[in-house]
Amino acid sequence: MAVAEQSSALLAETVRVSVKKASAVPMLLLAGMVLYLIYAWNAFDITTLLERAQLSKGALLVSDSIAYKTHVTKSFRGNELEVAIEGERTATYKQFPDWVQGTVDSFSVDLGEGYLVRVEGQGLEFDVPGYGTIRSKLVDKKIVTELPEGPVPSWLNARDVKLEVRPTFSRRVQFTRAKIEIHKFDYGWENFWFPFNSVLHGKSFGDLAGIAASSDRIKADTPNWLFILKSFWGNPDWQHGIVAVALFETIMMAVLGTVTAAVCALPLAFVAASNFNPNGAIRFVVRRIFDFVRGIDMLIWSLIFIRAFGLGPLTGSLAIAFTDTGSLGKLFSEALENIDRKQVEGVESTGANRWQRYRFGVIPQILPVFTSQFLYYVESNTRSATVIGALGAGGIGLVLVETMRTQRDWENTFYIIGLIIVMVFIMDGASSWLRRKLIAGGESR
Amino acid sequence: MVDVMRNQLGALESRRRLYTGLSLALLLAVVVSGYHEASQLNSGGFLQGLLKFFDYPAQIVSQAWDDGWEFWALFPRFLPALIETLNIAAVATIIGAVFATILSLASSRNLEVPPALIPVVRRIMDIMRAFPELIIALFLIFVLGASPVPAAIAVAFHTSGALGKLFSEVNENIDVKPLEGLKATGSNWLQRVRFGVIPQVLPNYSSYFLLRFEINVRASAILGFVGAGGIGTELSRAIGWGAGAETAALFLMLFLSIVAIDQLSSYLRRHFVGAENFK
Repeated sequence: MAVAEQSSALLAETVRVSVKKASAVPMLLLAGMVLYLIYAWNAFDITTLLERAQLSKGALLVSDSIAYKTHVTKSFRGNELEVAIEGERTATYKQFPDWVQGTVDSFSVDLGEGYLVRVEGQGLEFDVPGYGTIRSKLVDKKIVTELPEGPVPSWLNARDVKLEVRPTFSRRVQFTRAKIEIHKFDYGWENFWFPFNSVLHGKSFGDLAGIAASSDRIKADTPNWLFILKSFWGNPDWQHGIVAVALFETIMMAVLGTVTAAVCALPLAFVAASNFNPNGAIRFVVRRIFDFVRGIDMLIWSLIFIRAFGLGPLTGSLAIAFTDTGSLGKLFSEALENIDRKQVEGVESTGANRWQRYRFGVIPQILPVFTSQFLYYVESNTRSATVIGALGAGGIGLVLVETMRTQRDWENTFYIIGLIIVMVFIMDGASSWLRRKLIAGGESR
Repeated sequence: MVDVMRNQLGALESRRRLYTGLSLALLLAVVVSGYHEASQLNSGGFLQGLLKFFDYPAQIVSQAWDDGWEFWALFPRFLPALIETLNIAAVATIIGAVFATILSLASSRNLEVPPALIPVVRRIMDIMRAFPELIIALFLIFVLGASPVPAAIAVAFHTSGALGKLFSEVNENIDVKPLEGLKATGSNWLQRVRFGVIPQVLPNYSSYFLLRFEINVRASAILGFVGAGGIGTELSRAIGWGAGAETAALFLMLFLSIVAIDQLSSYLRRHFVGAENFK
């Protein structure tokens, strides 16, 4: 009895020690990672970064992406009144929308829910529900503001040179010595389909269908449906045509680059495979070439190619082709080294020559690997093409970076981001569908 | 009977040949027209480019040569930038791997998680994988300012999805007997994962982790170009200013570090997984 107890205690002890030993390595790893992350927190100075983070910028970005703002501007110099989306020349209303009433000397802007701005000459009155009426006037090049009784709210800033009122996020009035500017925010992408100066602007889908079907031509030399398409395609703010070409360029870069890489890699892979090329020296050279083009990285290749070939999809395609010749060559040569000799011998026994042996004994064996890797690379190169495009190779990446850099219209940026994501998803889906289709039943890699 | 079969086989064979021929012709057409089109869209032509191909490398190499011994002084100067890039990659890989582990445990069929959860988590990982990291980085740079953190977050996001998928495949291939044994001792789910799953998957996880780290070094260097700091930012500045010697030094450093990490990672992977399992 005692012996059994003793031995079970001994067993328990042994198990405990071995469990401890087994957990030691993961625990050490974990501790090391935690220590490293603490170091990184300091190295990246995250504490300061969090203090300085401008979350309002992010909110602004999101709101600007789903809303647009209309500027009602009265400039004193030329005594002009203008209503325009984002204050842009191409998006100016020829006829004022119904919430702007009156003429340049006396007009009112209805900002909804009781917020009303009245402008008379060089004076302004702004009714703010729950607060009162703000009265401001330009006297001797100074802005004189009369506020209702009580403390000045934080959304109001009145100085000699500028009055700035923003009682709600979507309503804003600015009064400077040069002009009065009233901003009204609305949801949506106002001129997404057609530019403002186009007769098609604001028409519903039904109206457009009617116009397309009607035989009265808007423009004498083009049929209406073509005119509608052209207006949409050439929209100066959204640049649908340019964006579509850029998307096409990106996909072209990915496909062309990968096809070129695959075509170059296949013969080289035979040279690099030990069971096809007995010459060790040549094998070594080809393998080092693979390592070299792969190791230099797509980024560096694309920078060198930009210098030689300029901006555009050719540069991107060649950068992808160079890098992936290395990656695919290595993969293909490994696949070749793993093939089954028996099939080749079988083909040989029928009296086949060298090329026939390759064609019927080798290629069918590596074709599934080949196809699946090829499709996988096309898919991942679509993402890479976007990135190297952003570095300057062209395509949708460049368009994205340019719209982001100007920071003018975030809805444009959002639109392009959306298109990129849709493009990547489609390539992803198409590639995995084709992979399943082409190598169904075969071993999946 | 045999003749009929032979005819059918012949017909199949010739149809197959036709398909192969057609797809090869299509491929050729795509390549030829594609390169033609690409050459048109490019700002420089293909042939002039080919002649100029070595100009730029030659230019930066000769400028580096002119610097003489001072060229080597550039390396310590750019070392902090290189370390920053490596830090971005390492932090992103660690954080990504932590999330990937959680996501993969929630999406493996053999680990007794709610079945409804599995497809949801898998779709989430697909989206994380497909979402271009450049976009996340640019957005975060706008909000947080230019610093390595946006790059690290962006790369970590992508890494979670990419590693999560690989990890869940590893999880699904484990031996479930240890899990049953642990269950018999009355252990809970977390204990089963800790003592039954983790020890089995750790070698494979480590191997994938190192592979990802390698990929992430490249990704971090690229994100530096859009202002995320590190060697990419230095490189884009050097190229923009036409500083040939600096560009050469940075190219060389980036190349050498990628090769070094490549070698180290494949050595460690062999060590973790064993040469026989190594592919």
